[in-house]
Order: sequence, then C-alpha cells, then structure tokens
Amino acid sequence: MTDMQSPLLEMRGITKKFGAITALDHVDLRLVSGEVLGVVGDNGAGKSTLMKVLSGLYSASSGEVIFDGRPVQLNSPRDAQDIGIEMVYQDLALAGNLPVHENIYLGREPGRQRLGIKIVDRKLSRRLAKEHLDRLHIEVKSVDQKVEELSGGQAQAVAIARATAFDARLVIMDEPTAALAIKEVGKVLDLIKRLRDHGTGVILISHRMDDVFFVCDRVMALFHGRNFEESEIAGTSRNEVIGWIMGTKGHTTGLAHDRL
Amino acid sequence: MTVSEDMRQDELETPAARRMRLVEKYGVFAVVILMMAILSFLEPDIFPTTQNLTNVLRQIAMNALLALGLYIVIMTAGIDLSVGSIMALATMLLAMVDTGGLPWPLVLLVGPLVGIACGAVNGLGLTVLRLPHPFIMTLGTLYSIRGITNLVSGGRPVSGVSPEVRFLGSGEIPLPFLGEYASFPVSAIVILVCYGGVAYFINKVSLGRHIVAVGGNPQAARVSGINVDRVLLIVYCLSGFFAGMAALMMAGRTGAGFPNAGIGAELDAIAAVIIGGASFFGGRGSVLGVFAGVLVMGLLRNGLNLMDVSAFWQQTMIGMIVVGAVYVDVLRRRAGAAS
Repeated sequence: MTDMQSPLLEMRGITKKFGAITALDHVDLRLVSGEVLGVVGDNGAGKSTLMKVLSGLYSASSGEVIFDGRPVQLNSPRDAQDIGIEMVYQDLALAGNLPVHENIYLGREPGRQRLGIKIVDRKLSRRLAKEHLDRLHIEVKSVDQKVEELSGGQAQAVAIARATAFDARLVIMDEPTAALAIKEVGKVLDLIKRLRDHGTGVILISHRMDDVFFVCDRVMALFHGRNFEESEIAGTSRNEVIGWIMGTKGHTTGLAHDRL
Repeated sequence: MTVSEDMRQDELETPAARRMRLVEKYGVFAVVILMMAILSFLEPDIFPTTQNLTNVLRQIAMNALLALGLYIVIMTAGIDLSVGSIMALATMLLAMVDTGGLPWPLVLLVGPLVGIACGAVNGLGLTVLRLPHPFIMTLGTLYSIRGITNLVSGGRPVSGVSPEVRFLGSGEIPLPFLGEYASFPVSAIVILVCYGGVAYFINKVSLGRHIVAVGGNPQAARVSGINVDRVLLIVYCLSGFFAGMAALMMAGRTGAGFPNAGIGAELDAIAAVIIGGASFFGGRGSVLGVFAGVLVMGLLRNGLNLMDVSAFWQQTMIGMIVVGAVYVDVLRRRAGAAS
C-alpha cells in the first residue's frame, strides 16, 4: 500500500464545458490507495461527468490528472485501463449476448498473436474467469452463461469482476446498487470492502446514504459542478451529507429528511 | 461440446428454454432436410441426382457470398443495401481491365479490391459523417455505385472475360466415379473456403468477437476499449470484399460485365441471412445458419423450377418464408422474456 501521505490520484482544477454549459468548474479530488471515497451530489451536480473524465470517456476542457505521482493524459477508456483505472458503469455496459467469461475479458482477451491477428484462447479465458470470480467470492452457475440471463446483482458482480480482472489500482463505481434487489445490495457492498482490503482505491457514486456510510472512508459533495464540501465519514452524519447534496452547510438536525 | 458441458447446459435450462434453443440452432436445417425430402419424393428422377444437386451449388454461389458479407454487417445490427451495386461495378471493372489486357492474376484482385474500396466508403460515411443509420449511407451508395457502373461502361455490357478469370466462377472438377458428366463446381469450393474462414474469424479471432460484442451492446464495447468505429469500418469493408468475390462468380458464370447485374441481389442476401436465423437487432446468428438460409432459397428456386412452377410463385413463397422465419425469432424472444 502506498504511503498515506502521497495520494494515488489527484485531480486538480478539472473543468468540463459542453458548449455554453459548464458541467464541471475547477473541481479537485484526492484519493489514497485502499480508500473508498463517496462522491455525492444531486442530479446534474457533475458526478458522472467527473468520473467520465477520469475513465477517459470525456476529455476535460482544462485541469490535470495526477496518477501515482505522474501527470497522465486520458484520451480514451483504453488509456485509463492501461494505467489501472477502471469504471463500472451505471447501465453496467455488458454485452448480453456474450457469456460471462467473454464479458470479463472483452477487449483484452487472452490469446496468441499470429500474423497480427489475435486468436482467442477460450479455455484460458474460461479458467481465468472462474479463478477470478472465485477470488472475489462471486457465484454464477457457469462462466458460459450469457449475461442477459443473469439477475441484476449477478450482472453487477460480473461488471465489477471485469473492472478488477487486470489488477486495477482504482475502480470507479457509478450507482452500483441503484438497480438491485435489496438482498443483492449487501453482496455488492461486501465486494467493495473486499476490493479496499486488497489495497484498491474505490470511488463510489451513490444516492443511497446507507451505502455511503456503510463502505466509504470519506465523502465529498459536488454542487452545481463545483466542490462543495468533504469530510471523513467519522466526522459527519447522514443529514449533514444530505444537506450538502441540497447545497446547505451546517445542517445537523433531522430537518433534511422532512424537507425531501 | 463435451459431455460435461452438455450436462451443465441441462442444469441451466428449463425444458421449454432448451427446446427453443434447439429450434433456434437447428430449426433451419430441419427445413433444409424437409425440403430435400419433399423434392426427392416429388421429383425422384431429377432432384436427387449429382447433376442437379451440384447445379443448386452453382446457382447459389453469388447469393451465398453476398449473404456472407451481409451476415457480418447484420451481426452489428447494421445493413448494407449496396452489395448488388458493388458486385455490378466490380464485375464491370474487372471485365474492362481483363479485355483491356491486364494479366489475369491482377484481374482476379480487381474484384475484391473494388469491393473493399466501396465498403470503405460505406464505413467512412457511417463513422466519419455520422449518418444516423447504415440504411441511409448504403441506400446512397446503392444508387451512386450503380450510376458509376453505368458511367464507366456507357450502360453497355462488356463481354469476353478470359477463361483464367472465369475459372473461379465456372470451373469444374470432374468426378468420373459418379458418372460420365458428373463434376464439382470450383465456385462451391470458393464458398466453402469463405464460409469456413468467416466462421473461424467470428468465433476465434478477437476482432471477430469484437464484432459480436458491438452487435450485442456498442456502449459496452466502447467502454471496454474497443474502437467501435474501426470495427464498423472493417465490417463494411468485409461486406464489400464478399460482394467483390461475388463479382468473380458473376464474371465466371456469364463471362461479361452487365451494368444491370445484381439489381435486387441485396434483398436476396438479406432474406437468406434472416431465414438463417440471424437477428436483425444484431449480435445473434451463425455462419452455418446463413448457409442453411442460402440453401433454403436455392432449393426453393430449384424445386419450383423442376416442377415448372412460375417464377412469380417463387417470389411469393420467399416472401412468406422471410416473414415466417422472423416470426419464429419473435416467438423465441417472447419465450425468453417470459422465462
């Protein structure tokens, strides 16, 4: 694990404009290895945009990203994956017509290069997938099962397995529990804790305060595309964080819920 | 598939789902065998002969290659309406350079290269111009490439293609042990090689798997680091390539380039792919199924010809089979959604 003083990730002054709209305005973010950071904010606060900048899907209008002490250019998801930043998307982004093991290794299939084309080694892909799922304590009936036949929680687990299949240093999760049945939520949260125990950094975007306070070490709030407030989890409360989401500070009474 | 894998599949599936999977996988072959049985019963002296069966193989060559290209396109939930025009242009150009004196090995390259070039135009239109759907781009090239074919030829056929160039499309390998006139068409070997190649490519090569993934969920492919635009460009080039191969078949059979060749051929190819069980929504379908789809259309034409049924009935029946095949797909999806 990295020294707690030197961060795994630093985003400085990230600004993203879509035409005349400023989605992100000089946003900063800091994360150390093995830390789970909750990012909260109302719809349109800029959470997803910030994460898409980090995963290489959007390029920032200005600002810099420093990963592992070095400034990095993230122009495509592949760039981010190459340095160990992986994202689990809200809509999962799995190919339902492909089996579990192919989804885990999609775009990075194990195989041999022959004359410039890659021949996929399916046996190896199956075996690696099985081992990896076992390591994460994820249960599926078979790695040959098509993803469209899985439950929401299983599909989410497969998406997380894919994000961690290549020794990810940082995993970003966009609302991983939003579409799940209640009994599946716990499994996914346990999975996040297991990643942290392995020393992986995790950024969790969530609207669910239960999730944030169960797994996160620290929480930061965005409001209207700007940094609003942040705190160690131990130093704040649900109501205060809900207040941040709505753009109010010092909100420690039980009023927040009544206003909703 | 090994025994243990079979057992694992058994555990996963309800009997109904298993039945649907078998229908999906082998249903079209059942149709092929049924058609062959009926035709053998109705025309016992003509249909099951080597002569007639190899004739079916000769007749399906062009559609088989066009359908193979369209299969790859339809796997990505795309469509290529321009293959008939591409085939006509490629046939015309190779006939012109052949009669103009270009050495035959180079002439053989002209067909596929013209096809790839036209396919690249389709692919770039889709990915660079960001036209909303490949239907639009390939509808445009269906017209434009046909127009160019007429422009370069002045609307007149060019005949006199040399025997070496015609070999792939019309060569015959004698089979003396099956009778005096029995022979196996070289075009059937071309088809076999092309189908085998595409099956291997789609199932074993990473780029082939990426094509299937793009058909299943383009967003998932994109965030997995797959360059979706590059995949689509290659897909349309492949479709053009097989239209160019079909041009070699055409030039072989007719010995000439006709400006009106292959009008409507794209629709036959699409019909074969759909009859073969590929989903129009992408990501689903097999090479073997496409071959069966091509055979169904070929056998239907052959059988109705043998029985002296009017060509108008052939059209009518192919239309009904297309609708029937897609209805089976709808039923399958509904069963899948219910389980």
